[in-house]
Amino acid sequence: MARRDRMSGNEAVSYAICQINPDVMPAFPITPSTEIPQMVSNYIANGQMDTEFIPVESEHSSMSAAIGAEAAGCRSLTATSSAGLALMWEELLLAASNRMPLALALVNRTLSGPININCDHSDGMGARDTGWIQIYAENNQEAYDNFIQAYPIAEDARVHLPIMICQDGFITSHAVENIELLETEDVKNFVGEYEPEEFLLNPGKPIAVGPYSVVSYAMEAKKNQEDALEASKEVILEVAKKFEAMSGRSYGLFEEYRMEDAEYAMVIIGSAAGTAKEAVDLLREQGKKVGLLKIRVFRPFPEKEIANALSGCKAVAIMDRCESYNGNCGPLGMEIPAGLYRNKVFLESVNYIYGLSGRDFTVEDAKGVFLEIEDMVVNGTEVKQHRYIGLRK
Amino acid sequence: MSKNEMLDIMNRPERLAPGHRMCAGCGATIGVRAVLRAIHEGDHAVIANATGCLEVSSFTYPYTAWEDSYIHNAFENAGATLSGVETAYRAMKKRGKLDKDTNYKFIAFGGDGGTYDIGFQSLSGAMERGHDLVYVCYDNGAYMNTGIQRSSATPMYADTTTTPAGKVSNGKPQYRKDLAAIMADHNIAYVGQTTFTGNFRDIHKKAEKAIYTEGPCFLNIMTPCPRGWRYETAEIMDICKLAVETCYWPLFEVEEGKWKLSYEPKHKLPIEDFLIKQGRFKHLFKPGNEDLIVKFQEEVDRRWEDLLYKCNR
Repeated sequence: MARRDRMSGNEAVSYAICQINPDVMPAFPITPSTEIPQMVSNYIANGQMDTEFIPVESEHSSMSAAIGAEAAGCRSLTATSSAGLALMWEELLLAASNRMPLALALVNRTLSGPININCDHSDGMGARDTGWIQIYAENNQEAYDNFIQAYPIAEDARVHLPIMICQDGFITSHAVENIELLETEDVKNFVGEYEPEEFLLNPGKPIAVGPYSVVSYAMEAKKNQEDALEASKEVILEVAKKFEAMSGRSYGLFEEYRMEDAEYAMVIIGSAAGTAKEAVDLLREQGKKVGLLKIRVFRPFPEKEIANALSGCKAVAIMDRCESYNGNCGPLGMEIPAGLYRNKVFLESVNYIYGLSGRDFTVEDAKGVFLEIEDMVVNGTEVKQHRYIGLRK
Repeated sequence: MSKNEMLDIMNRPERLAPGHRMCAGCGATIGVRAVLRAIHEGDHAVIANATGCLEVSSFTYPYTAWEDSYIHNAFENAGATLSGVETAYRAMKKRGKLDKDTNYKFIAFGGDGGTYDIGFQSLSGAMERGHDLVYVCYDNGAYMNTGIQRSSATPMYADTTTTPAGKVSNGKPQYRKDLAAIMADHNIAYVGQTTFTGNFRDIHKKAEKAIYTEGPCFLNIMTPCPRGWRYETAEIMDICKLAVETCYWPLFEVEEGKWKLSYEPKHKLPIEDFLIKQGRFKHLFKPGNEDLIVKFQEEVDRRWEDLLYKCNR
């Protein structure tokens, strides 16, 4: 039985954490993810869950303690944003390379500077190559649903990797929307008990974690880690199928919105997809063949599947809510054309940068993008690459 | 404790197996073995280790020298990592995932770099939060693993690779940080400072107290490094003795806020006796540098007097 409610994204993820009731949660406050440890602390204070909460003195320590707890044999997690994720960067790499299936609720906020508390994806994208699975949400419902799927993906024997469940700061984390919640018993059954095979607190079977690895072994460790990340794609889809059977809500590696016959596509991540869908609907009413591809799973990157989904299009607008400071494009602007090329799908593409540090992205902005790439194909109008949307004039 | 009892203790099975790759004459492994020897028979342990000589030489894949469960995470976070492990222990006990009679002890080992410097915040946080664990600093007074760079534990005037003694330099210009005092000021359950004395009784008693006192405990062990200090490996026990007899490295403990001197030399030896054995202080004995030794002595005296005051002596 599902229950209808109204919640913000942070409330939704905190409620999912309460329902899962993991063993250990170290966390440190940072806007806009602070509410998550606050709400979890309240659930604990009121006896609704009994997770051991560790109020650590920094995000580096929150990830360090989460790794310690996970290695010890517990299900652990933390939550953070922006500079918090940047501070734990070293530990993100260690969580992944030590194959710790812990979860991180990331509430996306821009990285300094200038210091700014609002949404963009520079924190998550900055950590894109740390070996974590990254799943992004469009709204509170997806953030909740993704979090419930997190542990079954991460803890699968084929994977054993940490997982980052991302939602847009303020836009999703603080805005209250309708949501359909699952019964706690169903969530508990779905997530199950964590039963690691090898762990520190296993009397009579001690293990050692985190070796120094010489040249003769270290490269194999890295290859195994990459293999596990590749294998997670299949697991993510299997878990989504099971989740659909329970909830009726369907998830894939990405969502295709009115893409069947689309000639002009937009690829986007996160809450701005909602805005862009509205633009697609309005343009479809005018007879324009436009569609949207919203990336849910960014790591592992579903390159082949995206290339296949875009293969019938004439042009694609690649939307980055993040600068990459490489002199050419944003992260998606780099990975999607590379993927198209590797899969021999040749079409026009333009990389747009939008919404940095909380700058608004409107339906009119999205419509303008579609019309611009159509004009580029139909009339041969030149469109500059790496275009910024919504800059002050 | 009788002589025979101590002999039995020294003959307990080693929890750090031989065959690791630490240098001959290294103080760190002597310290680790002395601490682990204090774990009671039948008790389990999880060891956390900051990056350093000890870690890279004792757990080189696919071999480990550790008989107990062991975790190395990074350089600066042994405190935070072990606090996660210790919390997991409480969570598992609470949820019935561990037998209630199963006893685990939690011990972190870090060098002075990983403890006084880069791991200081993580250590302070773990101590303040009150985790039931022991943090052991094996203090050899420099970043030995990376090649003898100065740390905040390096004594004044020591010749290190980042404070080299040269034509216009006398080695490290600053005094060393007093970490044991800083830990005592965290108002934790137990703080002990020790090194290797003739019968190993002091280190054993302090390790046992730290391991079996509930709450956060800190042990500071001076563990000479033959490479960094430049002495003959056979001389390690003499050097430790001189460190104590000159009051350079006093033996004391702080229990529930009460400072107690563990040993008071009958005749405090001059600091030269400790310095002259070590190549890192060689330049202090050049003609014209007499005033440096005077300054070193003054600082040792000042700290010793301060300690006596704290200990109500």
